[in-house]
Amino acid sequence: MSASPVKSWKALIVDDEELARHVIREFLQSHAEIEIAAECANGMEAVKAVAEHKPNLIFLDVQMPKLTGFDVLELIGTDVPVIFVTAYDQYAMRAFDVHAVDYLLKPIGRDRFDAAVKRAKTRLGEKMPAAAELSAAARPPQQFLERLVVKDGTKVTLIPVGKLDYAEAQDDYVALAAQGKKHLKQQTIAGLEACLNPANFVRIHRSYIVNLERVVRIEPYAKESRIAILTDGVRLPVSRAGYARLKALLDERQ
Amino acid sequence: MNLNTALKNQHRIYKVAALPIAAVLAFVLQTPGGLTWLEAGLIGFGLASVGEVISLPAWYSCRIAPIERTPLWRLLATHVVAAQILSLLWLGLGKLLARALSFFPSLQGIEGRFAERAAIVYGAGCVFYLLAVSFHYVALAQEATHEHEARAMQTSIQARDAELKALKAQINPHFLFNSLNSISALTSVDPVRARDMCVLLGDFLRLTLGLGEKAVVHFSEELELLQKYLAIEKIRFGDRLNMQENIQEESRSCMLPPLLLQPLVENAVKHGIASLPEGGNVRLSAERQNGRLAIVVENSWDPDAPPRRSGGLGLKNVQQRLEARYGKEASLRVNTEGELFQVSLSLPVESEEKA
Repeated sequence: MSASPVKSWKALIVDDEELARHVIREFLQSHAEIEIAAECANGMEAVKAVAEHKPNLIFLDVQMPKLTGFDVLELIGTDVPVIFVTAYDQYAMRAFDVHAVDYLLKPIGRDRFDAAVKRAKTRLGEKMPAAAELSAAARPPQQFLERLVVKDGTKVTLIPVGKLDYAEAQDDYVALAAQGKKHLKQQTIAGLEACLNPANFVRIHRSYIVNLERVVRIEPYAKESRIAILTDGVRLPVSRAGYARLKALLDERQ
Repeated sequence: MNLNTALKNQHRIYKVAALPIAAVLAFVLQTPGGLTWLEAGLIGFGLASVGEVISLPAWYSCRIAPIERTPLWRLLATHVVAAQILSLLWLGLGKLLARALSFFPSLQGIEGRFAERAAIVYGAGCVFYLLAVSFHYVALAQEATHEHEARAMQTSIQARDAELKALKAQINPHFLFNSLNSISALTSVDPVRARDMCVLLGDFLRLTLGLGEKAVVHFSEELELLQKYLAIEKIRFGDRLNMQENIQEESRSCMLPPLLLQPLVENAVKHGIASLPEGGNVRLSAERQNGRLAIVVENSWDPDAPPRRSGGLGLKNVQQRLEARYGKEASLRVNTEGELFQVSLSLPVESEEKA
């Protein structure tokens, strides 16, 4: 180890396999300026550790239980440079390339590792690309989201898309209504729309996406506009274009 | 069916039909004061024995005018014209026969008596021709169905073959890269275990390639592969992976298609253990009873985990392979109860000789 232990960097290692964490830990020994703030065995721990330690470098495994690396990135925001680590995932690798995100492939070689760390340092202050875009790019074609990940403080909630009633745009956020509760998530409504299966979710209005299963009926409201009534009695505005989309989908189902 | 065998079949069928046709002809030809029973019988038998003059051309005209692809007018025209020509020909043969018979002293005048019944013979020829045509059309339709079925069967066999090959060639890259990464970590922490894992991985790859070559293997061979696989994953997952085995001794000698269980155990680790932060169990049991081999692969899993990309592909593949080999004799059941994911296989015990 280096003689001048000036630890100006705080790193987080996130991987569910102890041996995989060990490789990174070992390689970091030759980077005396980097201190390992914490090691996390899953995404939930990682989200907590980020809030607690405020690291400025994260090694993040993609395939983990409960929360994937992409989920974690979505929850921690885009301020911290992340180096993704994956064994083999052609779609994820392509997404990393497209969005110029650093990543390491297992088994990790020392040269690649050192290069990635060096690059991460020069990128300090640069923001990570939006997590939602990155994970959307990493999904195989024709695959839609199975669940949504939201964070309230440090509490992480997973919402299976089937439980989502509707989503409402609120400035830079979307409010996700599920089982009588609303969860705020930092994402555009168009971004969310792109992740949901268009056979089940319809953009009925500039600011609303609805779960088709929840629509009970549609009533005329004013000239050129209508209102959708959901199973729990919620009333959502339907624009003219939204009505056309909704009708096309309902006709298709019959 | 080729033409030759078709004609041979025709001939055989006609031989069977000839006698009743002769009887019917004799019945319609004899009349009090006209042809006697003997004369009618002789002519009927004679005409029936040359009946192929009508039935064989009918077969050709059916081939030339396939019923489903020929316009109705052409169909009618073809058969009406053919019926006239062939019935006339038949009648002509009948007349020749009558003339020949008239040389027998006791049958004098038969020619004239036969001529009186010419219209009936002619009509019988037409009816006979139409019967032959309908018979041939039915036979052709049946033949087409059989051919179609055979072709469909062939295609499905080929598809399954291809799938099987693909399956055999498949070694999960994820597994391979993660194992290499584990070895890389162990080289500094625990070089002895690193070497052990290299050997395990080598054995696993060799077994996979070797077993994939065969059509069937002993359950014990497949079991060895599974044990290597789990031993490797055990190093990777550490305490998160607990293994239990309950293998009845008699089951080891049973035969089964190679790499049938490997995808199931791989699923158990990939979708089960890897989805649980605290890990869980993988339990493997096998029992041979009443001529059947029952295998159960069980694992802990997170029922709320989103389905993975390969969702269900491995299971489907195993099911198809079982079906291809055993048909309805084998079964695969998936049972999910809370945090337990269970796949049960049941297949007939194969003896080694049969394989």
